[in-house]
Amino acid sequence: MSLKIHQDHSRFKAIVRGKIKANLRKYVQKGEMLGKKGKDAISIPIPFIDIPRFKYGHKEQGGVGQGDGEVGQSLGPGQQQPGDGHQAGQGEGEHALEVDVTLDELAQILGEELQLPHIERRHNEKIVTQRIRYTGINTTGPESLRHFKRTFKQALKRQIATGTYDARNPVIIPTREDRRYRSYKLQDLPETNAVIIYMMDVSGSMGDEQKEIVRIESFWLDTWLRHQYKGLEARYIIHDAVAREVDRETFFHTRESGGTMISSAYKLCRDIIQADYPKSAWNIYPFHFSDGDNWSADDTRQCIEMLRNDILPSVNQFAYGQVESPYGSGQFIKDLREAVGAQQNVALSEIADKDAIYNSIKDFLGKGR
Amino acid sequence: MPKSLTPRLAALNEEILGHAREFGLDFFETIFEVVTYDEMNMVASYGGFPNRYPHWRWGMEYEQLSKGYEYGLSKIYELVINNDPCYAYLLESNADVDQKLVMAHVYGHCDFFKNNFSFRHTNRRMIDEMANHATRVRRWIDKIGVEKVEDFIDKALSLENLIDQHAPHIRRNPDPKRAEDEAKSNERVEGFKVNREYMRGFINPSEFLDSQRKKVEEEKQKAKKFPERPQRDVLFFLLEHAPLEQWEADILGILRDEAYYFAPQGQTKIMNEGWASYWHSTIMTRRALKDDEIIDYADRHSGTMSTRPGSLNPYKLGIELWRDIEDRWNKGRFGKEWDECDDLRARSTWDKKLGAGREKIFEVRKHYNDITFIDTFLTAEFALEQKLFVYGFNDKRNSWEILDREFRKVKAKLLQGLTNFGQPIIEVVDGNHENRSELLLAHKHDGQDLKGDYARETLRCLQALWRRPVNIVTRYDGKGVMLRYDGQNHSEKKVDL
Repeated sequence: MSLKIHQDHSRFKAIVRGKIKANLRKYVQKGEMLGKKGKDAISIPIPFIDIPRFKYGHKEQGGVGQGDGEVGQSLGPGQQQPGDGHQAGQGEGEHALEVDVTLDELAQILGEELQLPHIERRHNEKIVTQRIRYTGINTTGPESLRHFKRTFKQALKRQIATGTYDARNPVIIPTREDRRYRSYKLQDLPETNAVIIYMMDVSGSMGDEQKEIVRIESFWLDTWLRHQYKGLEARYIIHDAVAREVDRETFFHTRESGGTMISSAYKLCRDIIQADYPKSAWNIYPFHFSDGDNWSADDTRQCIEMLRNDILPSVNQFAYGQVESPYGSGQFIKDLREAVGAQQNVALSEIADKDAIYNSIKDFLGKGR
Repeated sequence: MPKSLTPRLAALNEEILGHAREFGLDFFETIFEVVTYDEMNMVASYGGFPNRYPHWRWGMEYEQLSKGYEYGLSKIYELVINNDPCYAYLLESNADVDQKLVMAHVYGHCDFFKNNFSFRHTNRRMIDEMANHATRVRRWIDKIGVEKVEDFIDKALSLENLIDQHAPHIRRNPDPKRAEDEAKSNERVEGFKVNREYMRGFINPSEFLDSQRKKVEEEKQKAKKFPERPQRDVLFFLLEHAPLEQWEADILGILRDEAYYFAPQGQTKIMNEGWASYWHSTIMTRRALKDDEIIDYADRHSGTMSTRPGSLNPYKLGIELWRDIEDRWNKGRFGKEWDECDDLRARSTWDKKLGAGREKIFEVRKHYNDITFIDTFLTAEFALEQKLFVYGFNDKRNSWEILDREFRKVKAKLLQGLTNFGQPIIEVVDGNHENRSELLLAHKHDGQDLKGDYARETLRCLQALWRRPVNIVTRYDGKGVMLRYDGQNHSEKKVDL
């Protein structure tokens, strides 16, 4: 019996996967699914995996309910499909089906669909984390870890050994000495570590729409890199004329009005790398997003110098995404292209609007570095 | 793998079985199997059966059930199959009081399956039948390929509800007259029998043959105006007239069989759940409950009976209505005298001590379905007592709200929701629409519009079976509309109704 349903189950999952793939471009542009993110899974609404039928519209239906309340009293907008009350169990659902997909699976789908190459890890140094495994048996321990079967076995042994076991009345009563407990061992797990350093221009010219694009794009970058590396860290830097490190929440919701000095961010990025992420042990991914406006040609020169001398030599890939805004001149990407565009571990991408996110992800991740 | 009852559970079953018999319940032999939660989910995904044809939607069902359990949202307590013998499942991890409750509930269902008229024509060997269906579909998969077969099942499932829900029983044989007519017409086209070849020109002159041919052709044209009357059993119509390959017809037939098997359960949901609840409650509270089980029982029972605004619990409505009927027939609160009495005090103390309640409910469980049950026994007093109301969607406020508590409207809405399972009534009107072999369906509009995107997707599925353009006449915002799908494009045009 179990076999049969598991076949159907995996078939269902394959279909869901196919549907996600077919609609991936649409999902990639959508910000709202990010809001539904759980710890490591995400809900994706899938149209018409629900079997279509001739049926009434949701709002047409209405029906009979039971309970207190005046005529005219609201039953609430959040009321999920009150329409199917008397048909409970008929499998009637109004909404497009929502399925849970793990982020890891989503990353796989993304990789297949965008034909992303797997990342070549620069470092295979093993950095070790520990995990608890319940492997052994102990004579002491907390009651919550008591091993029922082993305890009774022990009691049985004792009773047989002491001759108090009676096969006609096989009652076994464990004593304190019979109790056995599960015990754990710490297990070493090798891991390859990586860090993403996000940088974003939050000066006045970067509007909400631009930031939304960055937010969506960084979600997908995160998802992919997390799929490639088990222990992924993320750091966030915002900058206008000065740069500072912030948490994720602040990163996406700060708006400043000052000017823009990109070099401040690169400097901070460099310092973070030097302080916390020795290049010998870490795979490092700086991503920088701005609208391409910089304070001065001089500052841009400083940026390029820092990239050449400090950042590029120590990172797997440096990525710059330029989000189009009505205020920006868009000059920065041209400067970068000229100066470091030919370098293997540089990825540059222009993102005109949400539609462009899909291809931009490919720009960033397509090199497999 | 499911296990048979442990000695302890067997003893409990012995006890409950005894109570059920003593109360006069009458059922086929009932076999309980003990399953783990995961197994329960599997069986439930298959609609209660241990074996179904392979299809992804069982997997979808399983995913949803398992998740519901994982998140602590739902737990399946009871599953029972209408079969002879009846099969039912018990959850391994349940406490004794739960097992007793489920057993008592199950015997209620089994009694209902055996005795209610709606189930008279269901296949009581459905477990075997389902297994046969599974084997047949698997064989087709081996032969035709899983993709093609699954794709066809997807499309056919989309049409699964287009059967004649209230037909007394399933029609199986195609019209034998058709075959006869066909044979006859061939005879006529070939002319009279000729013994000597040189006589042929005299016996069957070509003008004669031509005129015969023409006549046959005309008759065929006339016969092509089919069906003669609108046909509710769209699946049967497709089986007879759609250009299906053998394997497609076989699978469509299987799905239709299963749809008819499940139809009576849909038509008696309120009665059946109410009946089973009535009996678990009666057996438990009068006989089987031990003192220390009362709290747990009350908790479980009230959970089953709980209502939310904006939905109707068939268990609750059902049990209350059964109790109301029993009470009325015990006290003689029916008939001409009762109906005509408008003295409120007399009514409230009315008790003729007839004691005919038990007998009455046993009779009702035999001859009614949800529609006639509600229509006959749902009284204004009952609706008031049970706080029934009509709700609907208020576009302006974008919320669901209580529209009415008036008895007649409540009852009308309830009956409307039960007619055809609360699904639109769709008929085949013409299988040779515009004389171009197109299919024309009609939606009998009763004030509710079809869900548009679903209707269009369903037309696609229909077209894939019919292989010629398909149309459906319906009504949107009060205006007649014909939706059409020609295999490539959807279109819409206004029609006068």
